[in-house]
Amino acid sequence: MTYLVARDLRKSYGTQEVVAGVDLELKPGECFGLLGPNGAGKTTTLRLCLGLTDPDAGTISMFDLPIPQSAREARARVGVVPQIDNLDPDFTVRENLMVYGRYFGLTKAHIDARIPALLEFAGLANRAGDNIKALSGGMKRRLTLARALINDPDLIFLDEPTTGLDPQARHLIWQRLRQLAAQGKTIFLTTHFMDEAERLCHRLAIMDHGRIMAIGSPRELVAAHIEPQVVEVFGDGAESWAAEHGGALCERCEQTGETVFCYAHNVEPLLHNLEQRPELRYLHRPANLEDVFLRLTGRDLRD
Amino acid sequence: MKSSIWSPPLLSLRFIHVWRRNMLVWRKLALPSVLGNLADPMLYMLGFGYGLGRMLPDVFGTSYIAFLAAGTVCSSTMMAASFEAMYSGFSRMHVQKTWDAIMNAPVTLDDVLVAELVWAASKSFMAGSAVLVVATALGFTQSALALWVLPVMFATGLAFASLGLIMTALSVSYDFFMYYFTLFITPMMMLCGVFFPADQLPPAFQQAAAFLPLTHAVALVRPLMNDTVPAAWPLHAAVLVLFAAGGFYIALALTRRRLLK
Repeated sequence: MTYLVARDLRKSYGTQEVVAGVDLELKPGECFGLLGPNGAGKTTTLRLCLGLTDPDAGTISMFDLPIPQSAREARARVGVVPQIDNLDPDFTVRENLMVYGRYFGLTKAHIDARIPALLEFAGLANRAGDNIKALSGGMKRRLTLARALINDPDLIFLDEPTTGLDPQARHLIWQRLRQLAAQGKTIFLTTHFMDEAERLCHRLAIMDHGRIMAIGSPRELVAAHIEPQVVEVFGDGAESWAAEHGGALCERCEQTGETVFCYAHNVEPLLHNLEQRPELRYLHRPANLEDVFLRLTGRDLRD
Repeated sequence: MKSSIWSPPLLSLRFIHVWRRNMLVWRKLALPSVLGNLADPMLYMLGFGYGLGRMLPDVFGTSYIAFLAAGTVCSSTMMAASFEAMYSGFSRMHVQKTWDAIMNAPVTLDDVLVAELVWAASKSFMAGSAVLVVATALGFTQSALALWVLPVMFATGLAFASLGLIMTALSVSYDFFMYYFTLFITPMMMLCGVFFPADQLPPAFQQAAAFLPLTHAVALVRPLMNDTVPAAWPLHAAVLVLFAAGGFYIALALTRRRLLK
């Protein structure tokens, strides 16, 4: 059984193909992440899956319902945390949950019964009567998450859930998402934070230019796409050192700004060489998701 | 696979949830809203009605202030529907992203737009009713026929809400609405018989006025408040319904193009 299947999704705006042949599959209970730089097509992919915009080509089904034709019915079992905060600013915390519950056709009694647990979950139990304007960014995010749970959804979509939050607020959101995963909720999130993807996701797809570049668990991706060891070299002369020795001592050598990234299976000869060069500083570490990400999506700045 | 923006509206009672959301906001901010809807038109009505009315003979067998009261009921309804559909609608669609939040639930854009239409008409109905109640209390109308003004106000509200929603679908910022007010709404105040009978205008203006929705609202409301069945009332009612239905269809297509494509 799968909750969400997308096949060869395509969507263009003007002459630009924003989603260019995406295949996705979400199984019940998994946390799936779509990782990509800004403008990679992540949000458009989410909108397509939710049936909020029609694909130019391809098919989607959610809970075995065809999307976008039966998107409304499918969304009854879905919760969404959008990228841009859209809580109702004229309402209190409690009213936000009440009004949102009505959109799902839930009765007042049903919503009233759910609200205390949701407020507890969001850490807002003592803020029920507060106006939205009085909440911090982290509180608003948590309330948005609670709002997405009003219908007890099977599948939760989160579009960059922690963008713009401070580290404490991010950790709290992550903790809540792990709690939801432990309850058996299926989670589909987009992010451009490696640590977020690595911490939360069972499976990841790295997306760029509207395409899925790679898909797998964080460990699988590191194992499949990158050498296991990394040495970052910086300091005066790093560049000329790289030109002289880089190619011979490691399998792959990349430069960003003043830092040289050396990737290899065996870094002993490289470290030995660097010990002779006191003017260079270096950092030896295992390869991580960020290395995979930068390898697949390039190091150029995205605007 | 791709649905056309011109496909017929999918109507359902789900719009009520969204209507109730807007109602809840209104209830919280009702006092300034009622003041704005009531005080402004009332000042014009009473000021001009008493001040100017003293110098004027009866207009079509009623006092000038009673004549003006009927016009004010219509113009208040028009104003309230237009403001709600444009400024408040744009705020919910574009600034606060309230519509986006709603459409993540099992509610469609068609539901949201129907809700905005009916809500703006409801609010304009309240605004028009407030003027009608004051006009009745001051004795400017004593006709039982004036009860028919209530559905006319709602239809007028629907017509102007639809036109306003077209503007909202096209708007890039709040400033855009000034064009519509200056080029469309304010001229109607002068052309459609709110302050003076439209037949005082040169023929070309009278012909133009025949195509404007406010003319038809005034043509219904004024006789009803003066205890007369309006001449050709089915025609006037049909024009208002046509503006409401046609305008809504265009607004829906433009909003679908803006938000769903």
